[in-house]
Amino acid sequence: MSASPDSAHDADSLDARQRRLAAVRPRLLAFARLQLRDASEADDVVQEALITAVEKDAHFAGKSGYETWVFGILKNKILDALRAQKRRGKWQSWEDDGVEAAVENQFQATGRWQDMARPRSWGDPESTLASERFWQVFDSCMIALPENIARIFTMRELMGLSTRQICEEAGIKENNCWVILHRGRLLLRACLEKGWLTEADS
Amino acid sequence: MKMLMCREATRLMSKRLDVSLGIQEKMALKFHLAMCGACKQCNKQFQLLHDAGRVLEHQTTAMPFDVGGDSR
Ligand SMILES: [Zn+2]
Repeated sequence: MSASPDSAHDADSLDARQRRLAAVRPRLLAFARLQLRDASEADDVVQEALITAVEKDAHFAGKSGYETWVFGILKNKILDALRAQKRRGKWQSWEDDGVEAAVENQFQATGRWQDMARPRSWGDPESTLASERFWQVFDSCMIALPENIARIFTMRELMGLSTRQICEEAGIKENNCWVILHRGRLLLRACLEKGWLTEADS
Repeated sequence: MKMLMCREATRLMSKRLDVSLGIQEKMALKFHLAMCGACKQCNKQFQLLHDAGRVLEHQTTAMPFDVGGDSR
């Protein structure tokens, strides 16, 4: 036991960990909302994850950070919730409603970028990702994404699932998955560029 | 080698983040990116979106300053 690398909070470990749970909760909620697009469902999932973290406290091996361990639990709970959504028929059909048009609008018939849509520089990636403003725009652009696309995109980019795993969960072909991710990225980049650069320029 | 147009180039930029591209696809994309400034930017943006997930995870799990015993 004393071999724990985190010996700083060995003595009051459970107590300290519970305080850390309370501290990380808002950030877990923000993440779950982004993924599930339903505030009350996100609430439930975070609650379940926190309960599981307390119940399984003895399983925390101290190899990863405590918050990382809790985050892993949350990811599993989110995946369960997504599966339940799917069983309830909440994942509607995959046909697009004007999505393809919105994507195609960025290109000329020849396949070149439309002048209006030509991607511009977002500046240094590290400072972009460190900017609070960027994350605000990111959040609103995620909400603006069509639900089916957002779900696949977040499974891939936020949950870190492979496209193979995603096809299994979603019951679609891997090829279809790539098409959806391609559209999602094009829509997101257009939305982000609009929100991010207009702010940065002014 | 057939020339890629921007739309098709973005398809490969996206795909490369999910699975490794074939050699032909890689060459075609590389060639297009070397010539097309707009796609070069798009490629950076896709990459940034891809990295954003990792950053978000890091931000979510970073220990807050006011709790815990680690000195910073
Ligand atoms: Zn191009």
